[in-house]
Amino acid sequence: MDGISLLTITVLAVFVGFEVVSKVSSTLHTPLMSGANAIHGIILVGAIIVAGQATHPWVLAVALLAVVLATANLVGGFVVTDRMLEMFRGRTGKEGKPAPPGQDRAPTDASAREGGGSSR
Amino acid sequence: MTLLDPTVTALLYLAAAVFFILALKGLNSPRTARRGNLIGAFGALVAVVTVFFSVRLDNIPWIVGAIAVGSGVAAPVARRVKMTQMPQLVALFNGVGGGAAALVALLELPHADDGWLRLAVVFTLLVGAVSFAGSAITFAKLQELMTTRPVVFPGLPAVMGAVLLAAVGAAVAVILGGSLAFALVLLLLGLLAGVLLVLPVGGADVPIVISLLNAFTGLAVAASGLVLGNVLLVVAGTLVGASGTILTRAMAAAMGRSVTGILFGAFKGNSTAGSTAVSDRPVRSSSAEDVAVLLGYAQRVIIVPGYGLAVAQGQHTAAELAQALEARGIRVDFAIHPVAGRMPGHMNVLLAEANVPYESLKEMGEINSEFRTADVALVVGANDVVNPAAKTSAGSPIYGMPILEVADARQVVFLKRSMRPGFAGIENDLMYEPQTTLLFGDAKDSLTKVLGAVKAL
Repeated sequence: MDGISLLTITVLAVFVGFEVVSKVSSTLHTPLMSGANAIHGIILVGAIIVAGQATHPWVLAVALLAVVLATANLVGGFVVTDRMLEMFRGRTGKEGKPAPPGQDRAPTDASAREGGGSSR
Repeated sequence: MTLLDPTVTALLYLAAAVFFILALKGLNSPRTARRGNLIGAFGALVAVVTVFFSVRLDNIPWIVGAIAVGSGVAAPVARRVKMTQMPQLVALFNGVGGGAAALVALLELPHADDGWLRLAVVFTLLVGAVSFAGSAITFAKLQELMTTRPVVFPGLPAVMGAVLLAAVGAAVAVILGGSLAFALVLLLLGLLAGVLLVLPVGGADVPIVISLLNAFTGLAVAASGLVLGNVLLVVAGTLVGASGTILTRAMAAAMGRSVTGILFGAFKGNSTAGSTAVSDRPVRSSSAEDVAVLLGYAQRVIIVPGYGLAVAQGQHTAAELAQALEARGIRVDFAIHPVAGRMPGHMNVLLAEANVPYESLKEMGEINSEFRTADVALVVGANDVVNPAAKTSAGSPIYGMPILEVADARQVVFLKRSMRPGFAGIENDLMYEPQTTLLFGDAKDSLTKVLGAVKAL
């Protein structure tokens, strides 16, 4: 892809980023940070490409280190964000196990929560 | 193995980028947040699978093994970490991401055959290395592996200046000649700069540094996307850069300080080291039983949880107290200052973990007008965020910081460890007001005693 197209995409992404993130309720700022953290773990894609094209053992070793680090970032980030957001649904499960939501209280909670979350 | 058509690859990456945007958009509301995060994770999966089928890759068994190692280490940690340790974990994951970006850029240098590409390589190397080393120091401070106080030594600004100057020199050498040796030097200088950047930052300001480093890693990933010509990395990195920037600014505004003031404050000698000055004006201190009576016969109570509550790990007890009061027909809300806890929004997570219903967690803007209808404002382990000096005394270091208006409540109860001022190192006149009662002790112990007394009413 040529430089100008990449630059165009970058600039547009800046605006999308500011637009989307500035609407996040301050109540969810910690999950936002860890979620954004998980997203930059996508550097894994770059690490895989570099590792897959490595011919020298040293290059491969460094690239594999990058793969390990990026995977830790990506997987850990999404897992821990999920755990946090699960708690915001008001259930008692603490270990991130996907238990079925409590149908009796979920709808009322959800509407009340939306009221609280969007007021900023 | 036949590879995917480049158009199909581009479309799959586009889909992954859209999933990431939806993941962030989901955080608009707690109702959609968890689904959004899962969409984001799915996007990451799509992208990682796509890369295996779009580029001719050697060493696949090694790569798959490395992915297994990374997941095997990170997933259990992410599942088991305590919510109070969330800032450390975020710092850790942030650092490894920045490190990975720097390594990718280093290895791509030999393939970067024009000056612009090498500029992107240099940027990724430097910012990724700063992020890695800075996050490592942040982690050490939060985990209390090292002192949480600002670390300063004479000549620190000069050393930092010299490091940055040397980095610029090395960067120019890499851009012009593509020298791998200078790239390694740049990597080391970046690591050094990251350490020097975070060392002088005091414990209370560390959360802001985390979000700043988060933005840094995002920018490093975006730049690595330019190096590899990969649109997904560019978009994802830019999104993170934007979110980190917004959070950093929001945090700094909530503390009434500027980002540069936090980063370079210690250089100038006005860091948030805190003070131990104690005034000898009289205060009204009281017993847990008296506080319980005050709470138990109120109609409306607003609890203001602060850093001290998180440190004492008293959030579960605070939640139980709220439940006990609600059982008596009292309306209880939690008023949450944006900087309560150890990272932005941390207190909300801690209270959500303690099963406080989401609708009881009120943001500052929402609750401030309601203090005047409250019978009791119960301030647990917070000080600066309720200090009226932020509004009234123009000379105060926290002047201009938005505060929770607890002074409007009919009665104010402080649960405090001692009369020591908060991080800003200034006195809180509210504590000497006639409507204020103090209960001294560890936040969790005090809450436990008050809870027992409320149940006995």
